[in-house]
Amino acid sequence: MDNKEQYKVHKEPFYQAQGDEITLYEAAYRARLPVMVKGPTGCGKSRFIEYMAWKLNKPLITVACNEDMTASDLVGRYLLDANGTRWLDGPLTIAARIGAICYLDEIVEARQDTTVVIHPLTDHRRTLPLDKKGELIEAHPDFQMVISYNPGYQSLMKDLKQSTKQRFTAFEFDYPDAKIEAEILSKEAGIELGLSSQLVKIGQAARNLKGHGLDEGISTRLLVYAATLIKGGVTPKAACRMAMVRPITDDADIRDTLDHAIDATFA
Amino acid sequence: MATQTATIPEDLQVYWSQLDCGFPRVAEVFPDCMRRALALLSGDGVAAYIEHAGFLGKMGRGDEPILIFLEEWPEVVEQMGEEVLPDIMAFIRKMSKSPNSKAIAPFLQSLPVTARRLHTRELLCDYLAIALELMERTTSSVHGIHQTFPSPGLPEMFIQAPVLLTQLSLAGLKNWVDYGVRYYNDHPDRQVDYFSLQSADSKAVLQRERHGTLLVDNNRKLTMYMRGLWQDEDMLIPYSSGFDELRKPIPYYDKLGIRLPDVYDDAHGVTGIDRYRATLAHIIAHRRWTQAVIADNMSPFQRMAVEFLEDSRVENLAMREYPGLRRIFLALHPAPAENACDVENESTVRHRLAMLSRAILDAQHPYKNKLILEYAQRFHALMANSEGSTQDMVDIAISFIVKTRLPSDNFAAMHFKDTVIDYRDDNRQMWKFIEEGDEEEAFDEPRKIEPGDEVKGLPPRHYHEWDYNNQSYRPDWVSVYEGLHPSGNAADIDRLLEKHAGLAKRLKKILDLLKPQDKVRIRYQEEGSELDLDVAIRSLIDYKSGAQPDPRINMSHRNDGRSIAVMVLLDLSESLNEKAAGSEQTILELSQEAVSLLGWAVEKLGDPFAIAGFHSNTRHDVRYLHIKGYSEKWDDTVKGRLAAMQASYSTRMGAAMRHAAHYLEQQPADKKLMLILTDGQPSDIDSKDGELLIADARQAVKELDRQGIYSYCINLDSKADEYVADIFGRQYTIIDKIEQLPQKLPELFISLTK
Repeated sequence: MDNKEQYKVHKEPFYQAQGDEITLYEAAYRARLPVMVKGPTGCGKSRFIEYMAWKLNKPLITVACNEDMTASDLVGRYLLDANGTRWLDGPLTIAARIGAICYLDEIVEARQDTTVVIHPLTDHRRTLPLDKKGELIEAHPDFQMVISYNPGYQSLMKDLKQSTKQRFTAFEFDYPDAKIEAEILSKEAGIELGLSSQLVKIGQAARNLKGHGLDEGISTRLLVYAATLIKGGVTPKAACRMAMVRPITDDADIRDTLDHAIDATFA
Repeated sequence: MATQTATIPEDLQVYWSQLDCGFPRVAEVFPDCMRRALALLSGDGVAAYIEHAGFLGKMGRGDEPILIFLEEWPEVVEQMGEEVLPDIMAFIRKMSKSPNSKAIAPFLQSLPVTARRLHTRELLCDYLAIALELMERTTSSVHGIHQTFPSPGLPEMFIQAPVLLTQLSLAGLKNWVDYGVRYYNDHPDRQVDYFSLQSADSKAVLQRERHGTLLVDNNRKLTMYMRGLWQDEDMLIPYSSGFDELRKPIPYYDKLGIRLPDVYDDAHGVTGIDRYRATLAHIIAHRRWTQAVIADNMSPFQRMAVEFLEDSRVENLAMREYPGLRRIFLALHPAPAENACDVENESTVRHRLAMLSRAILDAQHPYKNKLILEYAQRFHALMANSEGSTQDMVDIAISFIVKTRLPSDNFAAMHFKDTVIDYRDDNRQMWKFIEEGDEEEAFDEPRKIEPGDEVKGLPPRHYHEWDYNNQSYRPDWVSVYEGLHPSGNAADIDRLLEKHAGLAKRLKKILDLLKPQDKVRIRYQEEGSELDLDVAIRSLIDYKSGAQPDPRINMSHRNDGRSIAVMVLLDLSESLNEKAAGSEQTILELSQEAVSLLGWAVEKLGDPFAIAGFHSNTRHDVRYLHIKGYSEKWDDTVKGRLAAMQASYSTRMGAAMRHAAHYLEQQPADKKLMLILTDGQPSDIDSKDGELLIADARQAVKELDRQGIYSYCINLDSKADEYVADIFGRQYTIIDKIEQLPQKLPELFISLTK
């Protein structure tokens, strides 16, 4: 059980609800339905899942997916040791055994042959066959599958298969309304509401440019970074340039426009 | 003589006798000029003034030079000091010794304005050096004996000097002059057109050399500014601010877009780009917050007041959104001095309104006038808790005009100084007119709608051309007209293909081999077709040393699809009509066969490809003939066009390549290939320098390279070695035996894309 404890979220993460997503998630969890969260980068997807794990008091196992990831990275593999071989569970298997919420972050980054291993866990079967080991794991009653992906920037090639998509209930996330976003910044970084609304305003200027040279607008996460820098004593203009403009673009025109937005917002 | 000197007052007699001048018109103005000179010049200065004026009078060029000198010199001294006189006189002497003495009068005439622009002696000397160079290079001599013909451009340049110097730095002026001398030295009439700023060229080069922030360079930035900060979008259309000296156009917007000046210089510590942003912010604020009001019942003064106040209101709202705008507005908004104007003798309406506008904008304004303060207060009170409305501004404005009315308001002499707020638009969208005008005839004539020319083909596209002489582009030099190639009989092409059936069969074999191509190795596989030795050894080492080995030691292959877009550009110049050496067919016919086979082959491969032909008849008429587009199939329409191929005119290759490139660039393929089939070097009848178009084509190849387009030349000229490598580097093939072309071309394509 020690194993289970280490995956628990002990301190309440700050999460500002944008709608009724918390109740809906709880309902989904009660039925142990798999959940998919979609939305642009840095809008609070992972924070939301973390918060729910805390709220439900369940362990959370997060796997960041990448294109080199194979099925055995998820379910586990045999390793060689002095006495021969030894089986080592992968994160998905551990989650199914201990009854954790298994969160596959940025699932589309993983290759499609990898993602299909989650299929038997996400329908009525709730089982995980370990074919190499010759074992069939019945998922723990508390086990739940959660995936996230960002529909915006991935290429055409990286889309979820229909057979995967149709196993999930889904939440669509977006950057919060200006007012809520400003509150989030204030609470998260501890700055005044007036200042945080100015940051949000610059963020929105960048979001308006999405698709016109910017792949993604300035995320809430970056706004929080800027707010944190300001709280730490950096001047607002410098903090915004450093945390909000320089990271997202190499395009001189966009950089100039956003720099001007900063100058125009902080008189 | 006696009667003339009699008009000179006693105290000036001594100077008059020193001047020793007999022109009656000089005597008329002498006393006034002299008194001014005595007031402004030092003792030595006066002596020099008289001495040089005397010289100008004795030059034998009439009284004009001396008259202008006497009148203008004191002002020049005021601007630049007396020490510039020797430089100027040296220059005048040089002019008078050359056939260019006619230019002395315009030169002297332009001096005061020039002096005002240049300020220092160093700059003036640079300016004189530029003029001198122009003079020397454009003064022509016949038979090389001595200079006979004056420079046609020099006097024109002096006449334009005030305009030129307001817009160009001296370096820019030098480039502008150089350009004119280089291209129009052997054509006096065009040279005059150029230097008098009449020709399109001249204006284009002027535009290129201007100082300041050009709208065209910043269009994207400003569009982003609108979209990002204001969620607004519109076309930005530049208007020229360089040539309307009398009535400067004002920014405005209408259905077609937002009109802005083509260039903004930095001013009052605000950069050009920020001035554009200020203008855009103002215009967008109008679009967002102004509701048009009916103008018919208001007097012109009332309308003006409404406009001023409404401008202030929308700016106030814009600054609520972006407080940082205040800095820019404050810097750009003029601050009229409170007592600047003469209330008795001039109309001060504009002045009052500008003060009110300043008082509203600037909390630290210095004004004491009670009414100004009261109305600024009233404005802020209204705006404090609401957004206000245009109608509110109408109410305040009318009451302001009534309260502040002065008898002098109707005077024609309007006080304008410091009342023009140049980042604001002309407010034409703010008014609704119920009646268009009061004139009776306005009701009689129905509005005519111009029928407009029917559009024939596409409008020309203009391309720069590279000039290796001064290593720069000639702006918008070449006009490319694109049109569909006329159609012929498609069966001819099928017949040609049949003729080469044997060749086609061989090609087909190669093509079949080519189709599944591009094997790509996929490494790091747990299961794969082969062992990847590198990774396997690494894993073994890991294993031996006790670390976790990577199990992905296999690799496999996958076939990658071809992604090549092809553009075939055919030279259709006159020389193609010649018979190929050792063959009955013309080069054109052989090209036709070759392209047909190539087209067939590429179609089999399934690569997107386009075919176009080009020829040129001077830079004003480069024809780009569309034969096959990327979206068209290799069908009878295309074959028909190919069958009708005809050759004429010359080969201006660079422009055609640039035009073709703009189509090829839009193709989504990974690799882009432009095949240029030509039989000779680039040339055109309006280009005397054979090297010029070769250099331009080379530049075009470089541009294409930057756009990710691989250009490849197939040259049918056996003597092409001399130039083709210059243009294409190593990306070319010369086909000596032209009759082999139909076979060679597809083979070449296949080997290029293998």
